[in-house]
Amino acid sequence: MDFPLLSVLIWLPILGGVILLVMEALGFPDIRPTALIVALATFLISILLYTHFDTTTATMQFQELAPWIGAFNVNYHLGVDGISMPLIILTTFTTVLVVLAGWEVIKNKIGQYMAAFLIMEGLMNGVFAALDAVLFYVFWEAMLVPMFLIIGIWGGPRRVYATIKFFLYTFLGSVFMLVALIYMHLQSGAFGILDFHRLPLGMTEQILIFLAFLMAFAVKVPMWPVHTWLPDAHVEAPTGGSVILAAIMLKIGGYGFLRFSLPITPDASHALDWLIILMSLVAVVYIGFVALVQEDMKKLIAYSSIAHMGFVTLGIFLVFTLLDKTGSTQGAALGMEGGMVQMISHGFISGALFICVGVLYDRLHSRQISDYGGVVNTMPVFAAFMVLFALANSGLPGTSGFVGEFMVILASFKANFWFALLAATTLILGAAYSLWLVKRVVFGEIANDGVRQLEDINKREFTILASLAAVVLLFGLWPAPLVEVMHASVDNLLVHVSASKLPHEAGLALLGAGN
Amino acid sequence: MENVYLAIPLAPLFGAIVAGLFGRQIGRAGAHTVTILGVAVSFVLSLMVLKQFAFDGAQTYNASVYTWMISDGVRFEIGFLVDKLTALMITVVTFVSLMVHIYTIGYMHDDPGYQRFFSYIALFTFSMLMLVMSNNFLQLFFGWEAVGLVSYLLIGFWYQRPTAIYANLKAFLVNRVGDFGFLLGIGAIYMAFNSMDYATVFAAAPAMETAGFEIFPGAEWSLLTVICIFLFIGAMGKSAQVPLHVWLPDSMEGPTPISALIHAATMVTAGIFMVARMSPLFELSETALSFVLIIGSITALFMGLLGIVQNDIKRVIAYSTLSQLGYMTVALGASAYAAGIFHLMTHAFFKALLFLGAGSVIIAMHHDQDIRNMGGLRKYMPITWFTSLIGSLALIGTPFFSGFYSKDTIIEAVHHSHIPGAGIAYWAVLIGVFITALYSFRMYFLVFHGKPRMDDHTRAHLKETPWVVTVPLILLAIPSVLSGYLIDPVVFGDWFNGVLHVDPRHDVLGEIGEHYHGPLSFVLHALAGPAVYLAIAGVGTAWYIYMKNPDIADRVAQRFRAVYTVLVNKYYADDFNEVVFAGGARGVGQLLWRIGDVLIIDGLIVNGSARVIGWVASVVRHVQSGYLYHYAFSMIIGLLLMLFWFVFIAQGGGA
Repeated sequence: MDFPLLSVLIWLPILGGVILLVMEALGFPDIRPTALIVALATFLISILLYTHFDTTTATMQFQELAPWIGAFNVNYHLGVDGISMPLIILTTFTTVLVVLAGWEVIKNKIGQYMAAFLIMEGLMNGVFAALDAVLFYVFWEAMLVPMFLIIGIWGGPRRVYATIKFFLYTFLGSVFMLVALIYMHLQSGAFGILDFHRLPLGMTEQILIFLAFLMAFAVKVPMWPVHTWLPDAHVEAPTGGSVILAAIMLKIGGYGFLRFSLPITPDASHALDWLIILMSLVAVVYIGFVALVQEDMKKLIAYSSIAHMGFVTLGIFLVFTLLDKTGSTQGAALGMEGGMVQMISHGFISGALFICVGVLYDRLHSRQISDYGGVVNTMPVFAAFMVLFALANSGLPGTSGFVGEFMVILASFKANFWFALLAATTLILGAAYSLWLVKRVVFGEIANDGVRQLEDINKREFTILASLAAVVLLFGLWPAPLVEVMHASVDNLLVHVSASKLPHEAGLALLGAGN
Repeated sequence: MENVYLAIPLAPLFGAIVAGLFGRQIGRAGAHTVTILGVAVSFVLSLMVLKQFAFDGAQTYNASVYTWMISDGVRFEIGFLVDKLTALMITVVTFVSLMVHIYTIGYMHDDPGYQRFFSYIALFTFSMLMLVMSNNFLQLFFGWEAVGLVSYLLIGFWYQRPTAIYANLKAFLVNRVGDFGFLLGIGAIYMAFNSMDYATVFAAAPAMETAGFEIFPGAEWSLLTVICIFLFIGAMGKSAQVPLHVWLPDSMEGPTPISALIHAATMVTAGIFMVARMSPLFELSETALSFVLIIGSITALFMGLLGIVQNDIKRVIAYSTLSQLGYMTVALGASAYAAGIFHLMTHAFFKALLFLGAGSVIIAMHHDQDIRNMGGLRKYMPITWFTSLIGSLALIGTPFFSGFYSKDTIIEAVHHSHIPGAGIAYWAVLIGVFITALYSFRMYFLVFHGKPRMDDHTRAHLKETPWVVTVPLILLAIPSVLSGYLIDPVVFGDWFNGVLHVDPRHDVLGEIGEHYHGPLSFVLHALAGPAVYLAIAGVGTAWYIYMKNPDIADRVAQRFRAVYTVLVNKYYADDFNEVVFAGGARGVGQLLWRIGDVLIIDGLIVNGSARVIGWVASVVRHVQSGYLYHYAFSMIIGLLLMLFWFVFIAQGGGA
């Protein structure tokens, strides 16, 4: 396809955002329809990625290549495979909902608000589509700016603390990544991510690069113990910010492991996979308990996000345990695809839950669980949605929340019984914190006058929640269309990571140590 | 045939969707019409399927409907397995469901959530049918959790009641503990067989009999034992076996029709059905069978005991259900799968009847459920009285009633079994017969006989319930008596040949069958054993204590105060769970949050680093003096250090 689809998906929303800023500066009365049109157009165009996607190949598709900074061999190189393509569509879909979610709620500088989200959409698409490390890094860092502004301008009372914490965490991580990228450029003379995949690296180099990437990606996911920025950021962020943060930004960490850590440093990933698996399982269990006792709805969902993202990293890193135990990667694709499905599904479900909290917050201006109770009496339609998403969050079969967890638990049983046992505790913990939340907020008698005066969701809110419910149910009842596009890329990645980059003897020695 | 099989679950689903999403538009009558039609279609088709298997020699149907997904070469599918076990189950499920649907018109007549209720019970019927018709573990788990979901929604149907929303959360979470085991069992199956398909797994299972599995390094267990015990943990949740039984009595917070449908006749028997379906696996592990047998016998005996001290009419029946589920589990453990399924079927009829009868009483009593306030209802409610009597007689195993055949088969089977634990189990089920008769007729006498104890107002308005309530009672009473005669084909005939797998070494039903000469001689044979006399003794005791000499009950309670206290407190299982598990989980959560996240990670590390940075900055601030020569000086020192490093360290290091 000659049409520069990926460039359009990156620059159309950015351009749209700039136009919004200009319109607001010129004093246009209502900027919102323009924002919605841009977001919808971007989403519709992104559908072409799916319809024109070739599921039989692992090579990058829709590639665009142009020299950028010749002196350093930096290129404007874009392309997607089965790993990144679904994430781009998730981004464009979520942005439409976020624009709608801010429609009536944001009173202050709405043009800038919408512009920030559209620009961020373009930058996030850039992160997923970039095949050049410098380009990736630019998008990666640039993406933070609109997010700071969103939390910093439209955020809650402790927004300064939250943004600084967010900034320090993520910046610290990405500095190490930058060093690793520059090192690899010095080694290879190129900045192409695919060149890095083929770059031979010694064990020490791999370990250091792996750790540098880990710093960057673990913070983004976020993995325990570098997760504490997330609850604070969520609590202070406006609804739209929380949705983007949970639905997409966290996925960039998981994406990073798949695009950088595993293929670039397969031997280090193999040697240190225990660390990732340990951190993932701690996330599932430890964070599951922490989520249980939260008194703030947003914090609860934020912690629940961390626990759910534990399945992503667990599923991605199962391959080496399987390789050591069974000598083959049979089962690894299930885990890895499970992790990827979990990323997409979590995008829908956590986004939906944050919107649910936003709906309540818009009405009562409180996120405290204790300020609610018996919401179903006054908002029955809303209650139905909230119960549905809470159940999806607890992994109910028939919803997308089940699919990824199911795949990862099955795969991890094959790798190690204890992985599966600990991961499966989410069945109990996830249900406990999700449904206990529902019990206290939605069910019961009307708790106070605030709840008594609640009005049920309007058409706009219904549209947002109904479209999320539709995809949650669709992928729960029929995940095949989602999983299908991943196969070729995942198989290719597994072949790649199971071949050592080390000289032959060293590779064997490592495998021996792994046993 | 595929379309017929597809229509069976989809018809109720259609009803559920219409009543659920368009309840306001179609109104009350619309909601009950569309759901009843859906379930009726499903029932008629099920009957047709049953007939084809019974008389037309229909072949087992096993095919996929659609591919859910393919990953790693493993197909995850939605598909149907329709054989004689399925045919029997779908008929029982749709019949009881249809009765409950009709009954609901009367029971929920004045409820504002009328349409929602019909939508839920139709959705339940769909889920249950998907569960029993599945041909693979994925769909089994889907149905398994889906019935749990509807159960959750229905227990909490009256969402304003604090007790109801406490009970539904509890039910869901306790079931999730079971599902936790169940999912690990499915994980083990995936590991061992690389397939989710029943047929593939069952075919490959015998070759796995000697395979080992290490959970702890060095201690190797039989892989199939591990698989079966994990699967059975799932069954313990759904079929409320000790210690995962705690949710079922509380589930009585839901409206009575669903107590009959979900928490007596169908959903709670899903665990029994599942183990029977998995008989090709369980037969390969005697350890697992023994585990099943012991859990079942504990449940059968100890839950029955609790039925004696309950005063809420629904809770008495709930404990009775627990105890009867224990009987079914015992049958499974003794490899008498057919007997377990047979008891499942008869129990579905008479227990649904008893619950719906109790519901009829509750309507007449204006929603007072305390049996101490009842009495003498026989005169006011003849149909309810008579059908409840039939249900009670069937429950306690009166000869010629359905429950007699199914229960006596189980007792006989356990008697013949050599599975470790069968000796204890035999005593448990025998004593259980006496206890069953005691609590059943305690309730029967207190409700229908003796002096009316209700207040005058209630008494003045006592009357028989409307036909939508009584007709289902009558229609359920018929199979409560007659379904026992299916013992011929179902238990001792060839109905389950090729469906339920029994190892010849465990074939207790085959042994009993050699001496079986029809339903009549079965009764005569039973008269030579203790069970029938124990049942009579139980009824007699109940009559003496509660009719003849009412103050004796209090004296017994006084005399054995310790025992009585333990029973009234349900062995303190709820208190234990509340303190240890619920409280413990909250405590652990608080601890990890306050200490782990807030104090250590945020307090020491994050804010600590921020403070260190602040401190460094305050020191560095002095360096940033603004004097040019300070900067120049430090640049020179820096350059010298770098030079030193390059020349001596980096070079010396051999780089």
